[in-house]
Amino acid sequence: MNITSAQYITNRDGTNIAISAVVDDDTLSVPLDPANRHYQEILRQVEAGTLVIQEAD
Amino acid sequence: MSKARQLASLGNVYDDGALSNRNRIINGAMVFDQRNGGSSVAFTSAAYKLDRWVGAVGTATGTTIQRSTTSATGFSNSALITIGTGASPVAGAVNRIYQVIEGYNISDFAWGTASASAITLSFWVRSSVTGTFSGALYGASTIQSYPFTYTISAANTFEQKTIIISGPTTGTWNSTNGAGVYVNFDLGSGSTFKTSAGSWTTGTYIGVTGSTNLCETTGATFYLTGVQLEVGDLSTATPFEHIPYSDQLARCQRYFCKIENNTGNSQYLGILQAYTSSAVFGVIKDFPAEMRTTPTVAQSGTFGCGQAGSAPAGVSTTIGLLAATSRSWITTGWGGGSGLVAGYASVTSWSDGAYLTADAEL
Repeated sequence: MNITSAQYITNRDGTNIAISAVVDDDTLSVPLDPANRHYQEILRQVEAGTLVIQEAD
Repeated sequence: MSKARQLASLGNVYDDGALSNRNRIINGAMVFDQRNGGSSVAFTSAAYKLDRWVGAVGTATGTTIQRSTTSATGFSNSALITIGTGASPVAGAVNRIYQVIEGYNISDFAWGTASASAITLSFWVRSSVTGTFSGALYGASTIQSYPFTYTISAANTFEQKTIIISGPTTGTWNSTNGAGVYVNFDLGSGSTFKTSAGSWTTGTYIGVTGSTNLCETTGATFYLTGVQLEVGDLSTATPFEHIPYSDQLARCQRYFCKIENNTGNSQYLGILQAYTSSAVFGVIKDFPAEMRTTPTVAQSGTFGCGQAGSAPAGVSTTIGLLAATSRSWITTGWGGGSGLVAGYASVTSWSDGAYLTADAEL
């Protein structure tokens, strides 16, 4: 997966619940679920130092 | 066949597994293509295409895949892969089409124990290229693979193939909602991913050394349908299990679903709640089926909302802060509007052609 950006999405109380990510040129909302394949890949790329997740606006 | 033989065969099927819900492959008849609706699309970088089917032939530029209406007798569809510019694979090339079966759906196999069940993989295949083709199953915490071969004898003719695979007695196999076993059909992977056929071996393999590399032949075609994986050592696979359209669609939707407004008009979609004069939040729509895990969600097209018969509130035409729970598409804050009354409901709408997707594939 080519992930070019990632930013947290929060719920109304400010808790992070998802990541808005551009994956292979598509804008996706990725849940913070360890069983989700996109989240697994985001974590892998963060661990590898090739991706940084921006804080929510 | 005598009546006694028929009854004996029936008894064997019962002993080996079930008379219904035998097939652990989903969309084995290639009927569902929610993502692309039967259009021919690029098949050169790994991605899900027809429902539950994933793969790519990166070695051959211009390769495509589509749901075809050319199929074996008794089937309406097949997956058609057409090789673009043929090329030989490098050692590390991965060229295949495959399906990942969820752990829950192989939990009765008892794999990794002395009681491991054999399975029978059957499928219909047609190609413009003849020869010995291959594939492999793999899975488990310490990856084990079972490569197999099959022969396509006549060009451009559907042939049914049956592969009997012994049950692996070692390894820890997923029996929950993670990846259970990968079922691969090789289309010309490199030597790194090929080995000998006919037994479980440690390592990740996709095919068999020396088998045909479809990716080397410019314009070659490969059709696949009627894929069935069932419990039991069946020298003759049971007939393909056709289940009702709605049941098969629901099985696909556990992993991917797409809801679309294709009415030709703007339609109501759901009800949210305004929390300021300019923004709404809440549950947009429930998923049509229980999904494997919380899905990745996405949107396309034009969306809107309004209150009490007034003009649209002018919110952004894309849903702001789209997200998912385990059961629904939601928004935690969709703003840009005006004139909303906080605390009041707001009816959402979507224009013709707009859609939402949810992806919980393995």
